[in-house]
Amino acid sequence: MAKKKKVVSAVDIRKFSAGTNLFFNIFLGIFAFTCVVPFVFIIILSLTKESDITLYGYQFWPKHWTLASYTYLTGMGGQVGKSFLISVIVTVVGTIMSSTFTSTYAYAISRRDFDYKKFFTVFALISMLFTPGMVPNYLVVTQMLHLKDSIWALILPASFGVFNVLIMRTFFLTNIPESIIESARIDGASELKIFRSIVVPLAVPGIATISLFSALGYWNDWFNAMLYTDSPDVTPLQYLLVKIQNNITMLTQQAAQGGSTMAAGTEIPSEGMRFAVVVVATLPIALTYPFFQKYFVKGMTVGGVKG
Amino acid sequence: MQTKQSAVVGGNNKGFIAKMKKNSTFFLLVAPGTIFLIIFFYIPVLANVVAFQNFQYSDGGFLYSLFHSPWVGFQNFIFFFKSADFWLVLRNTVGYNLTFLLLNFFFAIFFGIVMSQMRNMRLLRVYQTSMLFPYFLSWAILAYFLYAFLSADKGIINHIITGAGGTAIDFYNTPYVWPFLIVFMGVWKGIGYNSILYFATASGIDPSYYDAAMMDGANKWQQIKNVTLPHILPIATLMLIINIGGIFRSDFGLFYLLPRASGTLINVTQTFDTYVYRALTTTSDIGMSTATGLIQSVVGSVMILGSNAIVRKLQPDSALF
Repeated sequence: MAKKKKVVSAVDIRKFSAGTNLFFNIFLGIFAFTCVVPFVFIIILSLTKESDITLYGYQFWPKHWTLASYTYLTGMGGQVGKSFLISVIVTVVGTIMSSTFTSTYAYAISRRDFDYKKFFTVFALISMLFTPGMVPNYLVVTQMLHLKDSIWALILPASFGVFNVLIMRTFFLTNIPESIIESARIDGASELKIFRSIVVPLAVPGIATISLFSALGYWNDWFNAMLYTDSPDVTPLQYLLVKIQNNITMLTQQAAQGGSTMAAGTEIPSEGMRFAVVVVATLPIALTYPFFQKYFVKGMTVGGVKG
Repeated sequence: MQTKQSAVVGGNNKGFIAKMKKNSTFFLLVAPGTIFLIIFFYIPVLANVVAFQNFQYSDGGFLYSLFHSPWVGFQNFIFFFKSADFWLVLRNTVGYNLTFLLLNFFFAIFFGIVMSQMRNMRLLRVYQTSMLFPYFLSWAILAYFLYAFLSADKGIINHIITGAGGTAIDFYNTPYVWPFLIVFMGVWKGIGYNSILYFATASGIDPSYYDAAMMDGANKWQQIKNVTLPHILPIATLMLIINIGGIFRSDFGLFYLLPRASGTLINVTQTFDTYVYRALTTTSDIGMSTATGLIQSVVGSVMILGSNAIVRKLQPDSALF
């Protein structure tokens, strides 16, 4: 009993005193609350009756609750469903491509037996020194590859990441002992077989980390969509939100200038529906990231280490 | 081993083929990444020559047009430097970045240290998970979050203002509030992520340092000042210097989507990135927008090389290259 108490106090004494601890608990608690509450607010708004929003504005506790916004979502010309599908396809295909390309490249340049490892390391590292710029990228994607309005314009530009290559290279160098590879080779395994059946299984935690970063990037991307696509058929959820926002800004500006010329064919979803789309775009992240948090945190701290 | 020896014994040509054969699997493994880098890095870098051209697309294909468009020298650059936009864009980009540099530095260290000293680990995990949430969301979504609070007629803030008898503020047409909003939102979104590094560093400090400090009668504040801070400072300096390399870059969504691309706010929201985008999409001036982007990239590279040189002098192990 006495022993246990002593251990506890030894830990406690290096931390804040009880009073300070309470103060910072309140402080951190409030701050953490501000990080979550906007999303809760958006969920509430998506469940608020439209007439309540028109009458009373956005409220934390509406008078009438309804699921109407969600049932109407299917009505927007099927756009929300279509965009959701595009987002899922882009995220899945993109993540598979990017984690494969990144891992294979990182593995090759981590191997001492690769005679050109120095060349390919520098070949990749140079790209961290200089940004080609938005317009040259735009020209290459649209004029050279002719990917305007293609789903590949949303996938290819992020299908390889040099920063992730560095993370993976560090991972291979520190976690895959040379002796395992050596003994597999003595057993007569080919390089490709060594990679597939020995290295990849050992590298799962590292691959998971870069895959999660990549998946998050693909899911959250609206910029490539804004730059490279116009067609509603390839509009991912995030860009759909941007489009709706832009249409509203345009309309209110026109209204402010006195001209009430509604752009033909621009369907503006109701307030509740807009917030419902925001919820649909946010929910996959909100529901999954707490489980993957440790991988993200690992990636963040590994990233600070020299590759 | 054996292949290497036979390669030496064999002639030059034969040696080359053997070497290629020996490395063939590795070539296969780097092939996708290499193709990616050529298409999405090396060719676009080359395509920056349009900054010196009056780019015209011809039937000969993209690469042909790239070298057969009329050359105009530095005209595109001069055009940008002479415009009033140049100073505005420079002021906003550098101004915001310096502010972010200092505030992120301060708050990340502050939160990191505070979190490392908390007693209840379970509560701490709840705080950390919550604080990381905005970091994982895009500005496209966060723009809606903010709008729910700031909307001129329906937003909760104006509700409170009018409820207290004041007049509603049309936030999206009121420039002076936006520097504060942008800085606040930028710091708020990143704090969960930025503080992790310092939290991990502070938590990893050998407890015996604290014991020794306490033995000397140091109170908590003195412990933090004399034990925690000195341990964090090397990595903090490193992060600061690395971040200086990005002083000409800006988070596009923060400056474009969060203010809902409002035209009346352009004086306080236009940065290099939004300027290049607007120049490309509204005026389709490829030469001038490329030139602006090129200035940004060149200064960015100089900053990165410079900051890396400083890091290499201070902490050789932490240098990027």
